[in-house]
Amino acid sequence: MPRYGMVIDTKKCVGCQDCVVACKTENNIPEGYNRDWIVTEVKGKFPTVQMEIRTERCNHCSNTPCVSCCPTGASHIHEFGGIVLVDHEMCIGCKACVEACPYDARYIHPDGYADKCTFCINRVEKGQNPACVEVCPTHCMYFGDLDDPNSEVSKLLQSRKWHVNLPDAGTEPNIFYLI
Amino acid sequence: MILAEQIIELTTTRHNPHVDPFMAMWEWQIPIYLFLGGMVAGMMIISGYFIFSNRYKVTNCACFSIPFTALVLISVGMFALFLDLAHKPYVWRLYTTFQVKSPMSWGAWILLLIYPALIANILMKPSPWMLRFIPKLSDISAKINQHPFLIKNIGILNMLFGLMLGAYTGVLLSSMGSRPLWNTSLLWVLFLTSGLSTAAAYVHLIAKNKEESELLAKADNGFITVELFIFVMMFLGLLSSAKPHIEAAQLLLTGPYAPAFWVFVIGLGLIIPLIIQLLAVNHKIKHTPIAPILVIIGGLILRFIIVEAGQYSHWFNAHFK
Ligand code: SF4
Ligand code: SF4
Repeated sequence: MPRYGMVIDTKKCVGCQDCVVACKTENNIPEGYNRDWIVTEVKGKFPTVQMEIRTERCNHCSNTPCVSCCPTGASHIHEFGGIVLVDHEMCIGCKACVEACPYDARYIHPDGYADKCTFCINRVEKGQNPACVEVCPTHCMYFGDLDDPNSEVSKLLQSRKWHVNLPDAGTEPNIFYLI
Repeated sequence: MILAEQIIELTTTRHNPHVDPFMAMWEWQIPIYLFLGGMVAGMMIISGYFIFSNRYKVTNCACFSIPFTALVLISVGMFALFLDLAHKPYVWRLYTTFQVKSPMSWGAWILLLIYPALIANILMKPSPWMLRFIPKLSDISAKINQHPFLIKNIGILNMLFGLMLGAYTGVLLSSMGSRPLWNTSLLWVLFLTSGLSTAAAYVHLIAKNKEESELLAKADNGFITVELFIFVMMFLGLLSSAKPHIEAAQLLLTGPYAPAFWVFVIGLGLIIPLIIQLLAVNHKIKHTPIAPILVIIGGLILRFIIVEAGQYSHWFNAHFK
């Protein structure tokens, strides 16, 4: 069974927001909501200031506070590749999972259930890439099996330096940023 | 932000309602529920203790009037919780499963246990208006009163479930590692003590038995003192932890929530009533409703501040928000 994750090359990302639009179109995201977004981080000391542009979304963490806090079992780890999902029919909209995610990756859909990135499971199950990966004009995003040492994502992680977001929060994210 | 002359600046294009610019998912319903849950927990412990320690043999014992009020308050609290749900028609899903790791799932089931314990307490001596509606209650009450062993167990159950309810309201928040302010293992002790304190204040206020009223005023002084001590311990813990925890503590100590925290929770909610009640139990001044009312309002404001400031606290530095 694969363990899906994403590797994002921050050297290539230009923050064009194509991934954001692709996600909105593919997943019919209501107006004013985001399953993925762009973060620009500027840090350093003049004159050596650095800027990183990255596309962010649910990290499909290996240690999932959003799943363990869910009182109904609606938030769950799908058997298919460890993707973290919400069963809309089971969710009561108690918002515990939204509070529990240190990345603030979730929101409450206007229809009343918790919602977030699904890695486009509908596409992935057909062997396709998530919509955001597919449309990226700079090809900065890679999707694949982290447990397979021969996958493109594994190879990139072995050959390049990378970081994850908020490692101290202890969620073991599966979205990696190449630096 | 300037950090040793380092610039760190984050900009995000995300703008989800109630998530950005900072988390405000849980609104008034949750603090109201946590406050009522805590107070009912305290009421159950006090009433259970009165029963267990044979005080119930005194006809005007508060243990006969507390459980009905507690039943009403917890029902109001549960209604507030229901109002908070975004997917209300699916509320029953809480009761088709038990999720061991979810404090909210534990809470849902604990709330179900509380009703029979409170009802058994009420049935020990139903009020005259209840008997007018359902005369059969007097038979049930007579049967219960024939068995002192059963009565003792009603007391124990009330204390036990009260303890579970009071503790869980804090665990619910403290289990969230994502919100540094909540992520302290002392939160459940704080909420339990605050629940006991507000319940003691309530019983002090309504008790027909003078001795009980005095006893609860004294007990409340103890609870308030312990609560102040827990605050000190909690802040020491947060301030000696990672940077997000330090920043979270500062939200209450010196940050945007500090005025409300110091004035309404610490000053008017704990220290002033403690001084008034100390003078009252030492017979320097008369017992007045002022101190217990301040304690109860302070307990309510505490829940509001902890819920709001907790949602504001974050692993990213607060100023990025
Ligand atoms: S990013 Fe948040 S919502 Fe996604 S799996 Fe991790 S904790 Fe859960
Ligand atoms: S909002 Fe839905 S998915 Fe999230 S914890 Fe509550 S029931 Fe579970």
